[in-house]
Amino acid sequence: MKPPLFEYIRAETIEQAVGARATHEYSAVLAGGQSLLPTLNFRLARPEAVIDIGRIAALQGTAVQGQEIIVRAMARQRAVERDDAIFAANPLIRETLGHVAHAIVRNRGTIVGSISHADAAAELPALLLATGGAVIARGPKGERRIEADAFFQFHMTTTLKPDEIAIEVRIPTLPARTGWAFMEFTRRHGDYALAGVCALLTLGADGRISAARLAGCGIASRPVRLGAAEGALIGQAPGVTSFAAAGRAAREAVTAADDRQASKAFRRHLLDQLVVRALNLAAERATGAPS
Amino acid sequence: MSRRIAPALPERSTDPRRSISLTVNGETVTREISTRLLLSDFLRHELRLTGTHVGCEHGVCGCCTVMIDGVAGRSCLTLAVQADGASIRTIEGLAADDGTLHPVQQAFRECHALQCGFCTPGFVMAITSHFEESKSVDLSEEGIREMLSGNLCRCTGYQNIVAAVRRAAELMGRS
Ligand SMILES: Cc1cc2nc3c(=O)[nH]c(=O)nc-3n(C[C@H](O)[C@H](O)[C@H](O)COP(=O)(O)OP(=O)(O)OC[C@H]3O[C@@H](n4cnc5c(N)ncnc54)[C@H](O)[C@@H]3O)c2cc1C
Ligand code: FES
Ligand code: FES
Repeated sequence: MKPPLFEYIRAETIEQAVGARATHEYSAVLAGGQSLLPTLNFRLARPEAVIDIGRIAALQGTAVQGQEIIVRAMARQRAVERDDAIFAANPLIRETLGHVAHAIVRNRGTIVGSISHADAAAELPALLLATGGAVIARGPKGERRIEADAFFQFHMTTTLKPDEIAIEVRIPTLPARTGWAFMEFTRRHGDYALAGVCALLTLGADGRISAARLAGCGIASRPVRLGAAEGALIGQAPGVTSFAAAGRAAREAVTAADDRQASKAFRRHLLDQLVVRALNLAAERATGAPS
Repeated sequence: MSRRIAPALPERSTDPRRSISLTVNGETVTREISTRLLLSDFLRHELRLTGTHVGCEHGVCGCCTVMIDGVAGRSCLTLAVQADGASIRTIEGLAADDGTLHPVQQAFRECHALQCGFCTPGFVMAITSHFEESKSVDLSEEGIREMLSGNLCRCTGYQNIVAAVRRAAELMGRS
């Protein structure tokens, strides 16, 4: 199908984009268009105005600043995936991006767009949660920082206000002695996850687990931190016993009801096993990681 | 009873319009278009470049793939106004003026990598852009499958398309 009628606004500056957000009751921000265009084509959304932020110079590119990676709103997924400086700063980003759609979709899709879209099964929101990142929003009243834990509310619903745009996401660089892994189960390559896990595992000087951050996607009405699994790991020695306990603890996080694709019981099994495998890989990488 | 062919419909659209200027296969075009027109429809309906096909209009099938500023993208997920100022390449722009096929096209022909041909323009553009944008292309079975994963074909079973990628690499001296 074809998009419905809307007012097309090409913003040249962030201020113009925010201004257009404020003067239209129901507007949509057009970044890479890889989720917005399908919803327009199917008329699932009928925004009054579409605000194209693609040409705003201040929203292009990425930067590594101290302990944070700044990903601006128009940084395309594929460009970030190929960026060696970003890979050096946090290799989990490239690994996660490899599971998002297909290369041709990533050529145009943005990281900030995927996080703003906040599909409950999408990989990048889980990445933001697991790494403890944040979204920087700009609205008529200025800028604010929304921590990942306070950003995702429900499938496709975030705490971003209708008059704000997300100008950046901030992803922490990889901490010392930390291993990482993203794993998911999909029916076909490039699909959204039936269940996915993003894991960071930090080993202390004594070889025990000093920090663990895990987030899951595809398992609830939003991406979720796997707090119980994290709790089962802290202070333990990495290995079969602690990882199996973490996998079991993660099961409860699956709240998605049975659907066409998978039953709740199957998703719980998947999540459990994905947690174990992701932790194994993360532990292996943590051992080789710089301290 | 004789049926009369209807006269052309008057232009009844009240859509907001905007003038865009872009290059398509090296030629500059300027058109005034509806701001909700998809790039795929702009190419097909406005420019009559019907080689770019439309299967699903939600990014899944890949047969509308074109190159936008040198990078492959879905023309069905791009508004024509977004392409203002861009350089677009479509399947019509691949063969040389004298009709000599592009190596990827030649490989498709040699390997019988198409049956109905509906998906072919999208595959050829996707593969061409992969070769152009990557210094080294992974020609393992898995690497090629990954390269092709964003395009669907309902006829061939992909086997010959995989073979065509290898043949194209040979023809371009990239294997
Ligand atoms: C075939 C196909 C397969 C896909 N598979 C996957 C997959 O496996 N996993 C996955 O995670 N995604 C998948 N996607 C979606 C893809 O990752 C999208 O690119 C991404 O979700 C949205 O990024 P975008 O830049 O294209 O955003 P757009 O489509 O431009 O915008 C998406 C939404 O976010 C809002 N938005 C965008 N940017 C901002 C901003 N800066 N501030 C405020 N609001 C904003 C828009 O208003 C819109 O509502 C797939 C898409 C396709 C077409
Ligand atoms: S028509 Fe564009 S991907 Fe199917
Ligand atoms: S040749 Fe028919 S769909 Fe691919």
